[in-house]
Amino acid sequence: MSRTTSLAGLRPGEKGVVKQLLTSGAMRRRLLDIGLIEDTPVECLGRSPGGDPSAFLIRGAVIAIRSEDSADILLETC
Amino acid sequence: MDSGLVIRKRSPEDAVVALAGNPNVGKSTVFNSLTGMNQHTGNWPGKTVTNAQGYCRSKKHSYVMVDIPGTYSLMAHSAEEEVARNFICFQDPDAVVVVCDATCLERNLNLVLQTLEISRNVIVCVNLMDEAKRKGVRVDLERLSGKLGVPVAGTVARRKKSLSGLLQAVDAVVDGKENRVPLRVRYPRAIEDAVSRIEPAVRSKSGGRLDSRWLSLKLLDQDPALTREIGVYLGEDFIMDPQLCNLLGEVRETLAGQGITPDRMKDMVVSGLVRASEELCRDTVTYEKSTYNDADRAADRILTSRWAGYPIMLALLALIFWLTLTGANYPSQVISNALFWFQDRLTEYFHFFGAPEWLHGMLVLGVYRVLAWVVSVMLPPMAIFFPLFTLLEDAGYLPRVAYNLDKPFKGCRACGKQALTMCMGFGCNAAGIIGCRIIDSPRERLLAILTNNFVPCNGRFPALIAILTMFFAGAAGGAFSSVLSALLLTAVIVLGVGMTFAVTKLLSGTILKGTPTSFTLELPPYRRPQIGKVIVRSVFDRTLFVLGRAAVVAAPAGMVIWLMANVTVGGVSLLNHCALFLDPFARFLGLDGVILIAFILGFPANEIVIPIIIMAYMAQGSILELQSLAELKELFVSNGWTWVTAVSVMLFSLMHWPCSTTLITIHKETGSWKWTVLAFLIPTAAGMAACFLVASAARLFS
Repeated sequence: MSRTTSLAGLRPGEKGVVKQLLTSGAMRRRLLDIGLIEDTPVECLGRSPGGDPSAFLIRGAVIAIRSEDSADILLETC
Repeated sequence: MDSGLVIRKRSPEDAVVALAGNPNVGKSTVFNSLTGMNQHTGNWPGKTVTNAQGYCRSKKHSYVMVDIPGTYSLMAHSAEEEVARNFICFQDPDAVVVVCDATCLERNLNLVLQTLEISRNVIVCVNLMDEAKRKGVRVDLERLSGKLGVPVAGTVARRKKSLSGLLQAVDAVVDGKENRVPLRVRYPRAIEDAVSRIEPAVRSKSGGRLDSRWLSLKLLDQDPALTREIGVYLGEDFIMDPQLCNLLGEVRETLAGQGITPDRMKDMVVSGLVRASEELCRDTVTYEKSTYNDADRAADRILTSRWAGYPIMLALLALIFWLTLTGANYPSQVISNALFWFQDRLTEYFHFFGAPEWLHGMLVLGVYRVLAWVVSVMLPPMAIFFPLFTLLEDAGYLPRVAYNLDKPFKGCRACGKQALTMCMGFGCNAAGIIGCRIIDSPRERLLAILTNNFVPCNGRFPALIAILTMFFAGAAGGAFSSVLSALLLTAVIVLGVGMTFAVTKLLSGTILKGTPTSFTLELPPYRRPQIGKVIVRSVFDRTLFVLGRAAVVAAPAGMVIWLMANVTVGGVSLLNHCALFLDPFARFLGLDGVILIAFILGFPANEIVIPIIIMAYMAQGSILELQSLAELKELFVSNGWTWVTAVSVMLFSLMHWPCSTTLITIHKETGSWKWTVLAFLIPTAAGMAACFLVASAARLFS
């Protein structure tokens, strides 16, 4: 039962596969550098005490991303 | 920035080896083990922000090792990446060692593949093999080497022996014995076609001084900063060459016709690299257990949880302070007894040899006594605080602090990484300010620089601790007293952090307006700290270093103070003249003239503020044998201190001008007098306002 959402819409414990990056500029480059390209599997590991940013497992590394930025990363849950 | 690094070879035969790698893969540990140097290491990304160099010797060669900042990529989006890329591209190192984290190899290979595009002399060092083994991650090094076409050495950088294989590989590369062909990533057809159209011209015009395939790719994606660097390296003739420009124009048009803009091309290149890394790992890395990261995840769930995240941060801080205060008490006493016993012996010698009284006063009562105070008050707390803090740092807790505090920082329109620079400020504000380079956005970096001084460096800690213990916790007595001190000290620090937030918010609403930029922060795996090494390193590198600096400043200051206290004009000492002059103003702030003078004279180093106060009071009459905090309190009280004075001194210590070293660093980092002056004024104004409020309120209610 997969649904299309953004990385920000991923709840802790949920996994998904990246479909599209709507980000541009420096942040886009940064995300690509850490390996966040199309078809990359990601998992939401949790949120920080304030509710934002959230931590994601991306290619074996744990990366924290703010919701404004993760909202621009579209994915399909799995 | 430090891109203009000068390599200092010891002999002309020295080969230059660059150490590159992702942030936080143990690059600095490899560097330290190879060179025997002590670059600061810690488990958080971005702590090496400048190039460091050291020397090492293999069986065959002698090397200059250059530790370049950790980067994810060489496509230069930030200052550190630019430093790293420029070094690898334009400084012609004889070899480049790319250090990788065995537990996270896939992400690391991206940088390896990019480095292979620039240089043929690459050695891949797969570090943290022990961590990988513990987590059941197996890396087939031989196979990886075969696929990459360059030597691959597995290391455990903490164990020096494991580095011999790496050095052998470096020897082989430098000797030119490695003549395999390095792997080249193939990009989509359109890009490959474009490259092959311009590469012959690029090769002939550049004279082969840079890899022509890489150069062609970079000319096509039109990065302005890199184009400029290439222009500097190869000469304007190359960049402006009409034939080449025409050809480039044509090829770019063809690409545009296929829908490939420069941005799209960058995407395709990066995707190509990431896919290639993925494929390499599929063939060379096996995971024995799928649960290999469970312990880390469990720790994160607790340390960054909604309910416990903040309380644990505060509790850890309070615990560190409590251990520091409790542990430091006894040795402080012993050291001070020993040093003052020696002072008496010195005095006897001076009298025995009939030295004039002024000489004895200047050297023994001035220089020696201030030094003795600085050592006995500062050494024990630092020797405990630094190792404890380093343990947290090594274990990987600091990035979690930044993660927890990002939300409030974002609320101030700043960057969560400011939490990391704040933590560095606990050690030394100048170090904290250099650390601000990890923040990419110039606006957010300035916010972090201007507010760094609100966390007390360890030069200010001893004064805070002494005053807290004397005036607020001492009365409680026994074990409870140190608990109370620790809690109060935590409260003082929390106040400093609160001020950091308040001032950051104020600045980003006024002179540093702007919106927060995007933010990514890696939370590295937790690592078991090497306790023995941490203690040795933090005592020798940090404690003794800071103490040495304090002593260098304290000795002449001691002499100046003694002279000021003993040279009289019109029957009143110089010190008194100054103190009397400042006194009315100081009273407004709840201080007195002597205290304010001490802070002013403490400009070169905050460590000497309390010794100056003591010396000034003692010179004014009552000669006391100061051997305990109780006697010290007596001295202060007899000079008119009340709890209001104590609070004001603590507030002012927390918030006043940065020390001279810090200001010089701020000027270097910002390149601007305007920001340096502001960095001076902001905490000073905040401190004066806070002291004035407290003093006025106290006057009102008493």
